[in-house]
Amino acid sequence: MKLNEIIQKQGTSPDKLINILMEYQKTKNTKELTREDLKIVAQELGVTEALVYQVATFYTLLSTKNRGVHIIQVCEDIPCYVNGSVNVVAELENKLKIKMGETTYDNMFTLEHTSCLGCCNMAPAMRVDGKLIGNLTPEKISEIIDEYRGEKK
Amino acid sequence: MSGKELKILTNRFDKIDPASIDDYINTGGYKALKKALEMPREEIIKQVKASNLRGRGGAAFPTGIKLESVYKEREAQKYLVCNADEGEPGNFKDRFLIENDPHQVIEGMIICAFAVGSSKGYIYVRGEYDKPISLLKTAIEQAKAKNFLGGGILGTSFNFELEVRTGAGAYVCGEEFALIESIEGKSGKPRFKPPFPTMVGVFNKPTLLNNVETYSNIPYIINEGGEKFAAIGTPSSSGTRLISLSGNVNNKGLFEVPFGVSIREIIDLLGKGIPNGRKIKMVQLAGASGPIIPENMLDLRIDYKEMADNNLSLGSGAIIVIDDRFDVLDIVYRIAKFFEHESCGKCTPCRNGNKQLVKIIKKFVTKTATEKDLSRLDILINVMTQASLCGLGQAAPTAIATTMKYFNEDYLGGICENEKAVAIGG
Repeated sequence: MKLNEIIQKQGTSPDKLINILMEYQKTKNTKELTREDLKIVAQELGVTEALVYQVATFYTLLSTKNRGVHIIQVCEDIPCYVNGSVNVVAELENKLKIKMGETTYDNMFTLEHTSCLGCCNMAPAMRVDGKLIGNLTPEKISEIIDEYRGEKK
Repeated sequence: MSGKELKILTNRFDKIDPASIDDYINTGGYKALKKALEMPREEIIKQVKASNLRGRGGAAFPTGIKLESVYKEREAQKYLVCNADEGEPGNFKDRFLIENDPHQVIEGMIICAFAVGSSKGYIYVRGEYDKPISLLKTAIEQAKAKNFLGGGILGTSFNFELEVRTGAGAYVCGEEFALIESIEGKSGKPRFKPPFPTMVGVFNKPTLLNNVETYSNIPYIINEGGEKFAAIGTPSSSGTRLISLSGNVNNKGLFEVPFGVSIREIIDLLGKGIPNGRKIKMVQLAGASGPIIPENMLDLRIDYKEMADNNLSLGSGAIIVIDDRFDVLDIVYRIAKFFEHESCGKCTPCRNGNKQLVKIIKKFVTKTATEKDLSRLDILINVMTQASLCGLGQAAPTAIATTMKYFNEDYLGGICENEKAVAIGG
């Protein structure tokens, strides 16, 4: 969906700003909000560009940086940590050949840390795009990444 | 299932299809709303006050008093908000409540809206909760179709619209004013209090803001009466408590227990002990912002008064068990890093305080701290708890303060050897 269509659907009152940015970002392959996007949103909602930029950089689910098609977010908080999330991250870095916070060369994956995902009953856990995957082990990581890679071939 | 559990809020879990409003109605759902609509509004508030229900988001403020405050406001427009921005590490009760029984919280909200005279409500759900968001949106449409929401609800003159708003990844938005700012489309930065949200909340109008679990208790209170609810639990704490049990336990999960059960009973009987026969090193209550206690304090009971008497709090009900493979300072360092990242930056004690905490704790982790760092921590903790604008900064040093008290030897072990010699030598 185009940005203008999303704004039309959500409405132009300034309190819809976050929901508009969230929805639009999801539709983009680069999972980012550009200066140009923010400018359009500011004009349509009748707020300053500075305010839109402030919101876009305040929230961790919004990004003004280019990211991969699939966003992998690994929980780094204590319930996951004490259940071995460090090993999960190591395997992800190894498998994707990137460090935490980076994007793969083929632009397929971005690896991010996230705060608690609220599924500590299946720690360690991660969220790939909108999907929660829990009870992770290094072996499972390998399978999951292969699956996502295979999908696009 | 163990005899320690008591299922009131979780009664429908696994028995109904959460996406079906008919399943909810067939198991007694929306009966409380029908009853409430025939009650005088003052009577609803009276029942909630009699129930002794206290806010389940962590602050434990008496819900009935909050309802009454908003009811008494004379503004024509009042708002109702449900805080489903569950971001406190170790908590997953709101997710479970919404994923298993979304109509229960909606029914609770509609009843409260009727009682305080609100025509518009928001459920603010964190952006990471994809499944709860879609379930709630479906549930709201279903409730509209049955006229439990919308105009002239069930033939009365009461109108109430409900809307889902999503967060976008900010722990601080669990704080009531940060959440309100976020609903208004801004960055989630807390406001000064007073005035409280009950007076000046969303769009500067009186606002009733409660946690998912708090609203979910309302249908039971209306159906069964406040007195019956008050009789469950202990004299200081009525009803049940949802416990999110995680960390190093065999049976991680959500458990509903009446107040009065001990932490040890929850870990041993419901959590089925620690994997591989290991020992408990420490237990963190409430979440990242909560206290860390040693094994010998686990006989404390889930009870507001007993917790407060020991300068502890159960917050929103998380219990995180950490076994003896882990180092206290390492855990505390990770928690400090969490708050450094999540501080919104509005007030100095929190923005700079958390940075300094990380720096000092790092010295203990690398065994390069000095005696003086201990007193620096004391001062810093004091400033942050006293002077931070909101609960985030005030509670951020809790894990450090409690471990300094209960695991003092670990901190002493983080002081560098030369420094110790100097200290001993005078």
